[in-house]
Amino acid sequence: MNAPTTKQRSTSRPIALVNARLIDPASGLDQLGGLLIVEDRIADLGRHIAAGSLRDAEVVDCGGRVLAPGIIDMMVSAGEPGLEHRETLATASRAAAAGGVTTIVCMPNTEPVIDDVALVDFILRRARDTALVNIHPMAAMTKGLLGQEMTEIGLLRDAGAIAFNNGKTSVANAKVMRNVLAYAKDFGALIVHHLEDPTLGQDGVMNEGEVATRLGLRGVPAAAETIMLERDIRLVELTGGRYHAAQISCRTSLDIIRTAKLMGLPVTCGVSINHLTLNENDIGPYRTFFKMKPPLRSEDDRRAMVEGVASGDIDVIVSAHDPRGAEGKRRPFAEAADGAVGLETLLGAALRLYHNGEVELSRLLRALTANPARLLTLNSGRLAKSAPADLVLIELNTPWVVEPERLCSKSKNTPFDGARLEGRAVLTLVAGRPVYNYAD
Amino acid sequence: MSIAAEASNFSFPHRHLLGIEGLSRAEITGLLDLSEEATKLSRQIDKKRDDLRGRTLINLFFEASTRTQSSFELAGKRLGADVMNMSVSNSSVQKGETLIDTAVTLNAMRPDLLVVRHHAAGAVQLLSQKVDCSVINAGDGSHEHPTQALLDALTIRRHKGHIEGLVVAICGDILHSRVARSNILLLNALGARVRVVAPSTLLASGIERLGVEVYTSMWEGLVDADIVMMLRLQRERMASSLVPSQREYFHFFGLDYEKLARAKPDALVMHPGPMNRGVEIDSNVADDPQSVIREQVEMGVAVRMAVLQALARHLPNQ
Repeated sequence: MNAPTTKQRSTSRPIALVNARLIDPASGLDQLGGLLIVEDRIADLGRHIAAGSLRDAEVVDCGGRVLAPGIIDMMVSAGEPGLEHRETLATASRAAAAGGVTTIVCMPNTEPVIDDVALVDFILRRARDTALVNIHPMAAMTKGLLGQEMTEIGLLRDAGAIAFNNGKTSVANAKVMRNVLAYAKDFGALIVHHLEDPTLGQDGVMNEGEVATRLGLRGVPAAAETIMLERDIRLVELTGGRYHAAQISCRTSLDIIRTAKLMGLPVTCGVSINHLTLNENDIGPYRTFFKMKPPLRSEDDRRAMVEGVASGDIDVIVSAHDPRGAEGKRRPFAEAADGAVGLETLLGAALRLYHNGEVELSRLLRALTANPARLLTLNSGRLAKSAPADLVLIELNTPWVVEPERLCSKSKNTPFDGARLEGRAVLTLVAGRPVYNYAD
Repeated sequence: MSIAAEASNFSFPHRHLLGIEGLSRAEITGLLDLSEEATKLSRQIDKKRDDLRGRTLINLFFEASTRTQSSFELAGKRLGADVMNMSVSNSSVQKGETLIDTAVTLNAMRPDLLVVRHHAAGAVQLLSQKVDCSVINAGDGSHEHPTQALLDALTIRRHKGHIEGLVVAICGDILHSRVARSNILLLNALGARVRVVAPSTLLASGIERLGVEVYTSMWEGLVDADIVMMLRLQRERMASSLVPSQREYFHFFGLDYEKLARAKPDALVMHPGPMNRGVEIDSNVADDPQSVIREQVEMGVAVRMAVLQALARHLPNQ
């Protein structure tokens, strides 16, 4: 494929992005000014970077739009290896670029499962050769994601696995989980865990409650999530391992996370954009594009998720991008595949919370940039001298309609089909190089 | 031959019958009135009409059924339709054909009416979006079974003269029952007072918000009931630890004379079938004069004839 590679940018003129509203959630910076890119890094930024001040640079007038660090998406299913009919690293990266996402962390629940050093290496090489954005693989924390035997966490980490995860299943065996947390701690590795008690969630296909009862569908109680989260937190207390709840979906989980943080435990959590903007009622007449894990919950739970982002108790917003073809979705609800694509709609949907006045812009962007960077110990996710020039220019007020057929993702299973969003990425740069321009 | 004009001319604007949800009180009453006419017809020597002459009705059953399938078959034949029964075994599902592929294939055979039962909630609605004919839900997972609720209502109305104000106790496996859901919707629409009676493990979450009173004791739930409607308890429920044993279930939730004595003296005993005698209902109670279980089966044919007639009005004539 002919996509430009991002890592081997040749020596070229510096780029000055001027007349921008610079927002750096890490430092709290929010001011008009400019930013200078030399090679693949941010060389300088501030009020003094303006149109006339730099002789050599290629000047881009940002027209007062928001210039922020590129989004870091901690949960993306990118299809490779084995599920290339749904997505590839190349198509996922194009979708990411179009959504202002400059770094994606891909899930290990592929075919085969990423539980071996050679597969981590495969992802990194495929990403280098085909992807427009930075890609970091998460590796499986148990072999084959079976929840039985620990993977080679040390070797996988050395090979480039950025974190460890068990796909979209929980490790039910508490002893295995304890050992993984304890062992990972020695390598400073982050454990990212999906939360669903496999027995309580067994038959369920949507949130338990009145809506499921009316539809005649089996429910997953919120307790399936909170029991697992409570258990994990006791194990973090026991081991001191760094723990990140991949996605929480209900109010009680938020309370549990708050308590754990007050205790000073190394616990963080994420929420998907779907659980911030949709609820169980959106399923309506069995719409399978709204079927996901964890299931969409009640409106009260959705509000709790928004409050959690606003208060900072929820650290990270993810797209939970999970491409699924018609063969998985055009089925009766209970038999349909879980998951929704989200890379391209993540920012626009997240901006709903800002436009509604529910979350400050800087707080919202922090959950999309600086916080995931901190958890993953990445240099990006901030506007600072010598940080990678992974940037997104955001037009806050552009209205647009999500048209599935125009999505870059190979799969079109978006729950935002036909949704009106306000605000989007208009220019995305990775390592100083434009990878997406809305005007094109 | 023509049926009573007022019964045949009620307004029924729907192309499909996917559930009781979405039907108005007038539409339900209209279907029941039409069913009364069909009952008369079915009791004559000559049971044939030609409302559906030249029409093709396909019974598409993804789940085994004797009474519902044969009842639709008879209803179709009495109205003059050509009826084809298709039982889609699990093996052909395992061959990988999806529900939608099956629907598209059948649609190409140009049926006029499609009667569908499927083990997944919402499957019949999904299928109805992919075909050109009228679709009737003969049971989709734990969601709805509208013709069962209609035949239950017809049976009740014939005995009590009305439905409004009656106390109806629906007892047993509410969690898994499509019959319970359709009956709750229909009986509420017609103004009955609906109770559900079951152990907490067999009650669906949030069921009280469907407009029912919830009881976990038969002795309390049956007090002054006009109608006692029993549901089938499948044996798998014991294996999945929803109830501990058959004998414990029968002791607390099986309908015997002692529990039935709590209901009104003229209470009707109903069961959608097939019955598990000695599990949810005492064999003698099932055969008692208070039991209208066999009449429910007769009303099943009548109601299905009425539904077919109502939907046939919207079939294209060219």
